[in-house]
Amino acid sequence: MNATVVRAENLGKTYGDFRALKGISFSIQAGQCFGFLGHNGAGKTTTMRMIYGMSTVEEGQLWLFEQQISLTPPVIKGRLGVVPQEDNLDDDLTVLDNLEVYGAIYGLSRGESRARGKELLSFMGLEDKASSDIESLSGGLKRRLVIARALMNRPEIVILDEPTTGLDPQARHLVWQKLRSLKSEGVTLILTTHYMEEAVQLCDRLVIMHEGIILDEGSPRELIDRCVLPYVIEVHLPLSQVPQGITDRVAAWGGEAIQVVDGLFLYASDGQTLWHSLEEWGVPKHACLLRPANLEDVFLKLTGKGNQE
Amino acid sequence: MAMLRIFARHMAVFRKIWFTNIMFNFIEPLLYLTAMGYGLGAFVRDIGGLSYIQYIAPGMIASSAMFAASFECTYGSFVRLHYQKTFHAMLVGPVTVRDIVSGEILYATFKSTVFGLVILAVITVLGQVQSWWAALIPLFLVIPGLTFSLLALCYTGVTDNIDKFNYYVTLFLTPSYLFSGVFFPISSMPAWAQVLAWFNPIYHSVEVCRAMALGNATPGLLVHAGVLLAVAMLLMPLAVRLMTKRLIV
Repeated sequence: MNATVVRAENLGKTYGDFRALKGISFSIQAGQCFGFLGHNGAGKTTTMRMIYGMSTVEEGQLWLFEQQISLTPPVIKGRLGVVPQEDNLDDDLTVLDNLEVYGAIYGLSRGESRARGKELLSFMGLEDKASSDIESLSGGLKRRLVIARALMNRPEIVILDEPTTGLDPQARHLVWQKLRSLKSEGVTLILTTHYMEEAVQLCDRLVIMHEGIILDEGSPRELIDRCVLPYVIEVHLPLSQVPQGITDRVAAWGGEAIQVVDGLFLYASDGQTLWHSLEEWGVPKHACLLRPANLEDVFLKLTGKGNQE
Repeated sequence: MAMLRIFARHMAVFRKIWFTNIMFNFIEPLLYLTAMGYGLGAFVRDIGGLSYIQYIAPGMIASSAMFAASFECTYGSFVRLHYQKTFHAMLVGPVTVRDIVSGEILYATFKSTVFGLVILAVITVLGQVQSWWAALIPLFLVIPGLTFSLLALCYTGVTDNIDKFNYYVTLFLTPSYLFSGVFFPISSMPAWAQVLAWFNPIYHSVEVCRAMALGNATPGLLVHAGVLLAVAMLLMPLAVRLMTKRLIV
């Protein structure tokens, strides 16, 4: 059994009249990749900020490395690596200087910091950018550099707040690959994302957050098995053209229909049989897609069947 | 010492920009000195036995140092706080807000001293320094450097928009500078204005710089230094508190 490195009980946060976090509890084991999945404004970043010491714990309790904290102290911050949501690279310094100077903030000597910086540049595929200015980097390269910077102190936990938001697919896959290799070295990863695919690709366990609460928790597979039926048919028709009463017919048949904004999803244990029933119910097959259920279905179902953005 | 690591970050930047930075800060006081000292000075009779340029030159050291500290901790700190998020980036490391504030103050004080030193060198070359006591000016400049960086950083702590630094410059720095005794003796002003001058930090700094440059070192100068140091000590906890409010939410 691995040690618990982060534990929260009834963690809450209120900004003025806005209750950003409404009492969440979770625990993260060493070596895991633990995900927080949710819309913007679900409370993910608020939770991360409390862990990495940019926000105080005012409601509930938070333990890091089994020490209860109200504002993460420097000695614990020294064991974390942080990739914030917003790239906050130092524009006044070159790529390698960014790593060197921030390594020094963690107490690395000049020589160590330089060596570690170079090592991480090559780990992140940035070795030919060492003396470039930050401004000349693309979004993907900046993100990789922020990740490299977060690894300077050989952290035990790396916190990644939406690490791949705004990246193109190649850059995203590269970042995922790097995160997997970190995990294989035993580093604990804590990740927030609103990309389902990212959560499935990386997370051992995850929580689904919505409006400041945790709706469910488990491995991606567990959540899919527990929350939705294994197959889904997406009906790509305007709701006005979908035959009346289809929801009831699917339910009577033994499936489940979920309406999300103005899309319709039909769930079934046996996808093929449902598929063959479509014509009979007056739904044209050419407007439908049959696929296995995935985490997105879980998310759509749990986060309130569609009234969100 | 975490604040020294923050200072090291600033010095890494300074090593890249020092030349442009010093040139910029050196030309302006030099222009004032020549325009006022030689230009206007031709029409001004001696002030207390000093030529006009002799009178204003030491004040240029104090004012140059004041502007350097003030600009660093207004525009400079605001950019790091608000636009570049440098403070946020550093604060996830093993440091506290106090370390970050101390690093800012240390750097602004360092720059302030360097710019004062440059002007001191210039007026020495121009033959406007009369005493070896002047060699202590750079050491003294650390004190007003702390005071002005903390004043500026406190203002930055309550400012949400970079345009609002115009107020700080126009309504605080410029009047302080003009009525500080750099250009004319405070004793020529009405009694109430002379009392007010004691609340003007740059006045104290000008008094010390002029006395040292002219070799009039008296124990009274310690009072001026003491006032500046007391203000700095009072402002430090306030600056930390204001920055904490901005950074830790």
